[in-house]
Amino acid sequence: MLLRVIRHYGRPYLPLVFAVVVLQLIATIAALYLPSLNAQIIDEGVARGDTDYIWSTGGVMLTVSFVQVAAAIAGVYFGSKAAMAMGRDLRRGIFHKVTGFSAREVGQFGAPSLITRGTNDVQQVQMLVLMGLNFMVMAPIMCVGGIIMAVREDLQLSWLVWVSVPLLFVVVGLLVWKLMPLFRTMQEKIDGINGVLREQITGIRVVRAFVREPYEAKRFEKANRELTDVSLSVGNLFVLMFPSIGMILHLATAAVLWFGGLRVDAGDIQVGALTAFLQYLLQILMAVMMGTFMAMMIPRASVCAERIGEVLDVEPSVHEPAKPEAAREPAGVVEFRNVTFAYPGAEVPVLRDVSFTARPGQTTAIIGSTGAGKSTLISMLPRLFDAGSGDVLIDGVPVTRMARTDITDRVALVPQRPYLFSGTVAHNLRFGNPDATDAELWEALRVAQGDGFVRAKDHGLESVVSQGGTNVSGGQRQRLCIARALVAQPKVYLFDDSFSALDVATDARLRAALKGTTKDATVIIVAQRVATIIEADQILVMEHGQIVARGTHEQLLESSETYQEIVNSQTAVEEVA
Amino acid sequence: MSPDRETQSELAAGPDPVTAPTPAAAAEAEAEILEEQFQPGEADQDFMTGTPVRKAQHFWPSAKRLFGLLKPEKASIALVLAMVVVAVVLNVIAPKVLGNAMDVIFNGAIGMNLPAGASQAEVIAGLRAQGQDQFADLLSGMELVPGVGIDFQLLGNLILLVLGMYVVSSLFMWLQGWLLNQIVMRVVFGLRRDVEAKLNRLPLNYFDTRQRGDMLSRVTNDVDNIQQALQQAFAQLIMSALSLLGITIMMFIVSWQLALIALIALPLSAVGAGLIGTRSQKLFTAQWKHTGALNGHIEESFSGHDLVRAFGREQQSVEQFDEKNDELYKASFGAQFVSGMIMPVMQFISYLSYVGIAVVGGLRVASGSMTLGDATAFIQYSREFNQPLSQMAGMANMLQSGVASAERVFELLDAEEQEPDTATETLPAKTDGHVEFHNVSFSYTADKPLIEDLSFSAAPGQTVAIVGPTGAGKTTLVNLVMRFYELDAGRITLDGVDITALSRAELRSKVGMVLQDAWLFGGSIFDNIRYGNLDATEEEVMAAAKATYVDRFVRALPDGYDTVIDEEGNNVSAGEKQLITIARAFLANPSLLILDEATSSVDTRTELLVQHAMAALRSDRTSFVIAHRLSTIRDADVILVMEDGKIVEQGNHATLLAAEGPYYRLYMSQFAAAADPVS
Repeated sequence: MLLRVIRHYGRPYLPLVFAVVVLQLIATIAALYLPSLNAQIIDEGVARGDTDYIWSTGGVMLTVSFVQVAAAIAGVYFGSKAAMAMGRDLRRGIFHKVTGFSAREVGQFGAPSLITRGTNDVQQVQMLVLMGLNFMVMAPIMCVGGIIMAVREDLQLSWLVWVSVPLLFVVVGLLVWKLMPLFRTMQEKIDGINGVLREQITGIRVVRAFVREPYEAKRFEKANRELTDVSLSVGNLFVLMFPSIGMILHLATAAVLWFGGLRVDAGDIQVGALTAFLQYLLQILMAVMMGTFMAMMIPRASVCAERIGEVLDVEPSVHEPAKPEAAREPAGVVEFRNVTFAYPGAEVPVLRDVSFTARPGQTTAIIGSTGAGKSTLISMLPRLFDAGSGDVLIDGVPVTRMARTDITDRVALVPQRPYLFSGTVAHNLRFGNPDATDAELWEALRVAQGDGFVRAKDHGLESVVSQGGTNVSGGQRQRLCIARALVAQPKVYLFDDSFSALDVATDARLRAALKGTTKDATVIIVAQRVATIIEADQILVMEHGQIVARGTHEQLLESSETYQEIVNSQTAVEEVA
Repeated sequence: MSPDRETQSELAAGPDPVTAPTPAAAAEAEAEILEEQFQPGEADQDFMTGTPVRKAQHFWPSAKRLFGLLKPEKASIALVLAMVVVAVVLNVIAPKVLGNAMDVIFNGAIGMNLPAGASQAEVIAGLRAQGQDQFADLLSGMELVPGVGIDFQLLGNLILLVLGMYVVSSLFMWLQGWLLNQIVMRVVFGLRRDVEAKLNRLPLNYFDTRQRGDMLSRVTNDVDNIQQALQQAFAQLIMSALSLLGITIMMFIVSWQLALIALIALPLSAVGAGLIGTRSQKLFTAQWKHTGALNGHIEESFSGHDLVRAFGREQQSVEQFDEKNDELYKASFGAQFVSGMIMPVMQFISYLSYVGIAVVGGLRVASGSMTLGDATAFIQYSREFNQPLSQMAGMANMLQSGVASAERVFELLDAEEQEPDTATETLPAKTDGHVEFHNVSFSYTADKPLIEDLSFSAAPGQTVAIVGPTGAGKTTLVNLVMRFYELDAGRITLDGVDITALSRAELRSKVGMVLQDAWLFGGSIFDNIRYGNLDATEEEVMAAAKATYVDRFVRALPDGYDTVIDEEGNNVSAGEKQLITIARAFLANPSLLILDEATSSVDTRTELLVQHAMAALRSDRTSFVIAHRLSTIRDADVILVMEDGKIVEQGNHATLLAAEGPYYRLYMSQFAAAADPVS
């Protein structure tokens, strides 16, 4: 998956990657050339006492160093460009994909998980690519180049390369291989201890109320002990790493001196070649080490790439029609025809064979216990979901054949979870109609019973709203969400349990005010409180995904047992009727 | 959370904003947790990796205290240090010995080509006579026997010596690392335990006034940071500094002329690193800023995905994203490029000194004033010179970050604790539940008095309903009974005993509490109920579940009582969670009860069950109910009507209605409206 993601998103930057490889090649060859030049200084210059030669070779070394740094910097330039551009494209790919998702796909992953995938996970993959371009390209070149140079200096000594490189590889690889699962366990234990603490802090009142401090301390002690144990194991392995690497390097050095000495004594090689060989061997070993360390990043990035791939692979269940039907004069007639809907993998459909019509100027209310499928039902109008079978029509046209803009022009949703975007009050209210005037905003606020508290704020419409709307109370948030829908002036209003955070009196005032504003529109209300829907023109009673009864309040009181049950439960709770 | 001043009518839905955690607060906590991951950036960054580095406020005192944590391990630390010194010294001397080995080879290589029998002096004289002055100069600096090849006896000895040195130093390196690991883990384990214990001694208002995310991060991220600093920065810094010193000394011993060349590289590196560092730090700040902005947009668009779709704002959202994404690309490309330049530039400088040493060294060897072995030893020294330098830079960053973290942890450890328990009195196992407030005054902040001179009495078995608008102090009142906060004046008694004379544990074990925020921990439903009484048998737990209507829905769950409640727990609804908290309180079997009735987004039939369960819980116990339901209020023995922290009226439903005072007005605005929705 990691390869697939990198291949796909790296393709446009192949020329850059190619440039990086070429530049790294140049830089590495230059770096490898230096010890060879140094050897020449010793063999040709020093051993013969030729100072002119020393000077001129020094000049060559200087030039080579310049070439090296220039190539390396240019390599970093193209490498960063390619990696960052790829990261950008990957983020864009995910964002565009998710924007096209329906509520079903978002629900499948969960918004927080999608956020992590679009931010953190991309970051990880991007870092791997960057490091890879900066170092991982260099390591094999260095390794191969070093081996070639070393062999060139003395073929007979090259067995030292064949012994030491695999040895280092095995030792470092073994340690890394042992460490990897431990790192994962450590992360789990860290999550564990964080979990215990989070619960202690969020539940501090309950912990104290039940005098469970000792119990919690024990729980924490256990998590702490587990984390410490695994950290100890990690640490104990980790401290082996550098001494053992060092030992291998030193052994190799000693071996080169001894066996090289033998070869020098036999007159097979010169002393300079020996020093060059030594430096090449060290360079090779460094490259192997670097490559192995880099390899440690791969598993983590793979997991991230996997998670990214999952998002990219999902086909949205809601498609835009290729040829949308021409829009008719908007009226706002909503019709459900034998609509059935099931979540993927679920045995029982959430909605079964639902049919009803909601007309302009009428209020249609939907009531029923949680999980009865009410929210899913109205989510089908703005196509957050599509029906599994059956049709959802607006003004006689199935929503699946309408252009998105035609739908969004007609329908406005007030969601169950009142959500506001960061920005100002005005910015949020204009969400559904960017051209609305301030006067229109105030009017919407007045109807939504929100003008009072907005006016009381220091900056009125320009007051800042934090992300999610966490800086206003739940009731205020709900009223702003209602106002937002009003500003859009749609033909169809969808209120998904949108009055729950309002007290009964505000609820009543709001509905009274709404009546005037929405008198020509189709209003569909999902509600828990009977009081909210008592005046609706038709009430749909839902249970287990089906409409079990429909009619007005009075009719239903007569005819529907389920409705009576609901009303009675509320009477007991609220003493409404 | 801003209390809604404009309307007093959120009684039915809004929890008290003063203390009760609201869904908004929960969302906030969520956001905080996300924020932690992204670390948006005012902070400084490590210029190599771009990770933000926290800066300490008072570096030295905090650093001192941080290392003070190691004090109990003094002897072991001394041992670690001793091993580090030995390892470093051996490591520093070894290249010189290697150089000597190289000399032996070189001497042999030159010597074996000279005529045997003559002495070194004779050969040199002969060379000079032939006009080969340069070669003669070279030989004059060597120790060789003409005609004899490499002295393998000597070479072998030197190699064995150097290997021995490396073995010992590696062994010591490993040992000190291992030992340090044990020490640090012990210390960090203790630190975590201390911090957790501290949390339990902090007064509740400490938690009210701080962000949860911040506190969590102190106990987790910051402690981790400390661990790293102690484990790596500590030993490495000492090691690097010692190596640096040792290498410098050795370089001067071998050749002061070459040492000077090598040292020239030092200021050059510093300037190079400094120039690039400052530049890249600025760019990283920009990168983190743009990352934060983009992540914010992603977070918001994905969280509000339904709305973006429903209002047809995809286009705008995508456009905004592309713009921010592009800005981030530009910023991060700049940051990565500039910071990526550091490595090649440093390498270049080290190459410069390498070339310098090769040339000057070569000239000096050729002139006989230096041996070849010394020159090669020098090259190795100059290479090793750069390593501790860059290590120290990295470690300094890590240490700085560690000290800053330590400071934050110490801040928590130093926070003022709640008053210690005096526990001069005890109550019998079964209390009557007679609660009295005597002239109680209380405020969260000194300048804003909340409850003033409040007195009332709740007789055993009575239900006390507390009503009033949001922010009137209802939650505060019941918190005071739990002694979550200390009074400013007056006293509260339980069965005639001042609650401050009891231990908190004893007081609270007499009181059961069901909060509006249904807090359950990540465990099975069974364990969550049993939290109320850890000694309860399975039958007792089941009985409590049955009495509080938990049993009914649990039986319908596939895993029954083993169903695990987790954060995404969609299997258990909010109302059902509340039922579980009621079962938990039921199992605790307290003599005094505190209930918060507010429920929101619970379907009415579940809510009815909640009502029944609460009623079952209340029977035969003194109960304080933050009441939102007319039925509860009407049936209460005493109704306390609160406004602005004062009890403005008390009595029962009938008498208060008849009085046509604040209660009457509240009743008319709240419940009359409900009865007639078109009012």
